[in-house]
Amino acid sequence: MTKITSKVYINVGRFGVSMAPFLFIALVILRLFLSTLHNSKTKKMAHPADVQLLNKALSGIGVDEKSLISILTKTHHEHKRFIRKGCSQFFIEDERQFERWDDSAIKNLKVEFKRFKDAVMLSLMHPWERDARLLKKALKKGPQLYGVIVEIACTRSSDELLGARKAYHSLFERSIEEDLATHVKGTERKLLVALVSAYRYEGPKVKEDTAKSEAKELLQAINNRDKRKPIEDEEVIRILTTRSKPHLREVYQQYKKISGKTITEGLEAEILLKETIECLCTPHTYFTKVFETALREDANEDDKKALTRLVSTQEAGNLKGISDKFAHKIEERVKGAYKDVLLGVLAKGQMSGQA
Amino acid sequence: MATIDVPNQVSFVEDAEALRKACQGWGTDEKTIISVLGHRNAAQIKQIRLAYEKLYQEDLIKRLESELSGDFERAVYRWILDPADRDAVLANVAIRKTSLDHHVIIEISCTRSPEELLAVRRAYQARYKHSLEEDVAAHTKGDIRKLLVALVCAFRYDGEEINARVANSEANILHDAIKDRTFNHEEVIRILSTRSKMQLLATFNRYRDDQGTSITKNLLGDSDAAFLVALRTAVRCLNDPKKYFEKVLRNSIKRIGADEDALTRVIVTRAEKDLKEIKDLYHKRNSVPLDQAVAKETSGAYKALLLTLLGKED
Repeated sequence: MTKITSKVYINVGRFGVSMAPFLFIALVILRLFLSTLHNSKTKKMAHPADVQLLNKALSGIGVDEKSLISILTKTHHEHKRFIRKGCSQFFIEDERQFERWDDSAIKNLKVEFKRFKDAVMLSLMHPWERDARLLKKALKKGPQLYGVIVEIACTRSSDELLGARKAYHSLFERSIEEDLATHVKGTERKLLVALVSAYRYEGPKVKEDTAKSEAKELLQAINNRDKRKPIEDEEVIRILTTRSKPHLREVYQQYKKISGKTITEGLEAEILLKETIECLCTPHTYFTKVFETALREDANEDDKKALTRLVSTQEAGNLKGISDKFAHKIEERVKGAYKDVLLGVLAKGQMSGQA
Repeated sequence: MATIDVPNQVSFVEDAEALRKACQGWGTDEKTIISVLGHRNAAQIKQIRLAYEKLYQEDLIKRLESELSGDFERAVYRWILDPADRDAVLANVAIRKTSLDHHVIIEISCTRSPEELLAVRRAYQARYKHSLEEDVAAHTKGDIRKLLVALVCAFRYDGEEINARVANSEANILHDAIKDRTFNHEEVIRILSTRSKMQLLATFNRYRDDQGTSITKNLLGDSDAAFLVALRTAVRCLNDPKKYFEKVLRNSIKRIGADEDALTRVIVTRAEKDLKEIKDLYHKRNSVPLDQAVAKETSGAYKALLLTLLGKED
């Protein structure tokens, strides 16, 4: 440096200032400026990809934990600020000049993160406790979840349903029929209480004559539905809530024979009755429908919760063909550890044909 | 408390042999049958049946059915069945009567414990290949059907907890229904068929405190109104089963010649439970011991068996 100083000497009057320090400082400033430019360029290039990654990781059913880890571990302060600015579905500009989480996004995330935990807990639970808790929740939530009560009452074996009733005693110190009868006010009360109280015969013995005559009674009730709702028809309730499942499947066949339609076709307006019959006579159709609804774009939270419920409560064998049908959709819509659980349980069913 | 008198030491093989001997040759040694079977409890009888089957390769019940007849045979048959199986048979007999015998169904559903009722439903399925509720529903209509099916399907909470608020509100509901005789059946059926027995007792007590009379008195009415009668039976069974059984016995003894069925049924089903208290109640109420009344109205081996089950010393 001293060499340069001695060579470059500018006469600026009385002070005789050397040019070199200025040059040096200018060089340093230039270098800093250039490096900042370079840094912000690389930062700007990383942001769009990470924004997209975050969006994808947090939209769907469950969360993509691996992507989230990769984003979080390599971002720093500035980076995160740009992500916040880029992800408008999660963050909003506050009037006090900072980006904040959208409250509804927080709610959604809570739900999505909880999905894996619920799957774990539900799967490990004793089936009786599981069903008792599901029944209680459905009852508490109200009419939009009465379908869950129907599902449990109709797709469990007689002894499994009994076990659920026992567990309900232990957990809630009351009988399920007590609570149902107290809290369900409308026409559904009779159906739901009776379904949950049933202890159906499980042998294969079926009387074709009785099935025929009961199919006729159902047809009559359905044809009269303008005058009286089938769910209020005594005979409909009797047949659906006391007869054995093999018997009801025979009734289903006989009904098709005499009317050319299926029972469910005639009950389009009566959702609860329709689901009752589906669960009792054609459970496979019911499960397929639940899966389909859960994986739709516009599925609501109750629809999506059904996935966890079905996968942890049904023998995987019962869901066999279904997982094939929806494998693609699952890959697309479901994320992370939750997806692994879903696919794992369904695959187990494929391999062994039983849970 | 039980009335039957069971010895300390029992040999099932010896019992089986004694019963075999009693059935061999001309006629049947009914005395031995009574002295063996009348002094064994349900668990022991089960073992005797097994021992008999092992020794002689035949069903003791079938053998006795072929050897015995009349009221005696019916009583023995019911006595040696396993209790849940017995109730299933009683229920089926009641259902198949031309006019379904409501009070037997109500009696079984309301005086057995929740687990016992469950066992009855299983036994019924095993025997008749239908569920109990299926058959009850198919043989009844209207309000009776609603009540009976609900009672039969109940799996009541068996804990001691009661809710005083619920007792109060449901006592009021029952009072309104009875007072107006409009019988809002849904609510009455709901309360009677879903609440735990302890809760119902609390409700009935509350009713009595509020109204000054017991609920059963206020359910008196036309005996034509089948539903009202059934309701009353249910309430009586739930409220005070021993009192209910005493009345059944009293009525059946008065009408002997017409209701050995009820006499047999009560003695056989309560002998291991609370027949002692029922006996005491009977004595208090009728000034004559139950044994005496039964002895007066029955005869032969049938009488001997009943008296043995009532605890009479040989």
